Amino acid sequence: MDKWANLEFIDLVETSLAGFGTGALMALTGVAFVIIYKATKVINLAIGEMLMVGAFVFYGFSAGLALPIWASIPATLIVCALVGGIIERTMIRPLMKDNPVSVFMVTIGLTSILIGLVELIWSAEPRRLPEFLPQQPLILWDAFVPSKTAYSFLISAVVVAVLITVFAFWRGGIALRATATDRAAASSVGINVAGVFSFSWMLAAVVAGLAGILVGSVGGISSAMGLFGLSVFVVVIVGGLDSITGALVAGLFVGWLEAMVGRLFGGEFKLLATFSILLIVLVVRPYGLFGTHEIERL
Amino acid sequence: MRIGTAKQSYAADEAMFKTDTQRAWFAALMVGLVVYPLVGSGYWMFLAVLVMINVISTTGLNILTGFTGQVSLGHAAFMAVGAYTVAFFDGRFDTPVLLNLVLAGAVASGIGFFVGLPSLRIKGLYLAIATLAASVILGFVFLNWTPVTGGLRGLNVPTATFLGIELATPERLYWLVMPICVIMVAAARNLFRTRIGRAFIAIRDRDISAEIIGIPLFKYKLLSFAISSFYAGVAGGLWAYLFRVVTPESFPALASIFFLAAVIVGGAGTIIGGIFGAIFMTLIPEFLKLAAAGVVPWFPDAPIYLAPIRNIVFGVLIVGFLIFEPMGLAEIWRRVRRCFALWPFRT
Repeated sequence: MDKWANLEFIDLVETSLAGFGTGALMALTGVAFVIIYKATKVINLAIGEMLMVGAFVFYGFSAGLALPIWASIPATLIVCALVGGIIERTMIRPLMKDNPVSVFMVTIGLTSILIGLVELIWSAEPRRLPEFLPQQPLILWDAFVPSKTAYSFLISAVVVAVLITVFAFWRGGIALRATATDRAAASSVGINVAGVFSFSWMLAAVVAGLAGILVGSVGGISSAMGLFGLSVFVVVIVGGLDSITGALVAGLFVGWLEAMVGRLFGGEFKLLATFSILLIVLVVRPYGLFGTHEIERL
Repeated sequence: MRIGTAKQSYAADEAMFKTDTQRAWFAALMVGLVVYPLVGSGYWMFLAVLVMINVISTTGLNILTGFTGQVSLGHAAFMAVGAYTVAFFDGRFDTPVLLNLVLAGAVASGIGFFVGLPSLRIKGLYLAIATLAASVILGFVFLNWTPVTGGLRGLNVPTATFLGIELATPERLYWLVMPICVIMVAAARNLFRTRIGRAFIAIRDRDISAEIIGIPLFKYKLLSFAISSFYAGVAGGLWAYLFRVVTPESFPALASIFFLAAVIVGGAGTIIGGIFGAIFMTLIPEFLKLAAAGVVPWFPDAPIYLAPIRNIVFGVLIVGFLIFEPMGLAEIWRRVRRCFALWPFRT
């Protein structure tokens, strides 16, 4: 086919690199999802909207209040943490003893609330975030990588590395992992399980908010950018809901796949490809590549 | 339970209407539905038709989510399938209205069957995500299968013609939608007096136990998907006749949340809950519109904020009902009724 004939190797490399850039952001958001799922066993459908809130709050600080970048990023992350904490206390905590399906549906309601709030404050029209990443593009061998893509990849990688270290060594991280393994046992050795729940939501909101700033600086922000969460969903299901490794591997893979499909067939095929992958994984290996296979008992 | 209604047979206990009072109220409701067009007009008729379409669709989702316990995030996509089917057959082949509606239900039901297939391996939240995936893929098909769906521009739907009468206005369409709505809701109510319906409820309550007592899970889950999509398809078909145009934008992902919200707010797992939920959720935007028009003298910008406020209200309703009244409006209704039924005793 002649559509494929003039496709050069370097073009594919550039597309792949751009895909890995998006993939890193998906992985980062996926990690936020996994933190919540590991600690509280809540499937958070509103992760894309939490990301959107982060992007818009950053917009509010950096463009609206015209704060410098070094001040608006921490301010955004603090607001995100507060939002995460409020969501956990008011909506998730009261239902933790109920069945998981109700909590899941609460997060669906949360999606609607967050979209509504953002549209109420900033209106539905798309906006651009102020430029804050260096403009100089990166040339890897012969391949051209836009600077924003490269920097999002780097920042995501650093944040994920920090998170993994924190979970491995810090007391709070160990408490979180203990709660994830066995809630009752963790509680009986004196871990403040309710505190871990709150903390995990706040941390996830911060990570998602950071991802939102990066996603927004690459592609602009709008009240529909929560759709990014759909791809993140595919990432965490493919990787396994409770596996950070899974989120990383699947994030890079899905980002790469979307970029390649978009380059070869056109942008409208992106979601089709990812969701076909999702359906296949759900049917063949529902607990994902790296997830724990839970056995159900009566 | 009403005082003084001792039931003496199993059949009486399983009857659709258990007391004469219920029968009387139901008769009053039917009379009200017949008399309504004499009273209401114009916009109120349009609203009534829209409410009934949503009642059909919500009842369908209630069968799947409320009674069988399978959360579906793709209900609006099945409605879209029904709407496109009607638009396609009526536009191309000029087939009769009732046949189109049955076809709409059948096509939606067939696709629902396929969407239900992953339930062989997965359940609960994973299945909900599979339905989300299916609705995204269906949305892609609507947008890109241009010869059949008209692509981005969508399809125009001819006026519904029933026995030579053009059902061009909501006033006339009412007489098509109302009987279908009553029949389908009654059918749903009866479904849960049969073996199939009770199997659905058993699956919802504890799927493993249900399987152990001999209910083939996969078969009944698929059946539930098919029935639920049939309702959505018929509702979508009627929707197409009401709005007369179907585009990929007609049934956005948010519409699926709308129906899920209707089921939750009304009361999952009760037929009357589906009806309440659909009425309530359809009328809320109208109420907000009225309120916005009312405050315009003080806040001239109010109409701009209508759409976001509607989103917030939908979300708050879902969350609020799940936390404070998980059984929904139906439970509130039951409490009010019990208060009267037990009078003069107190509960």
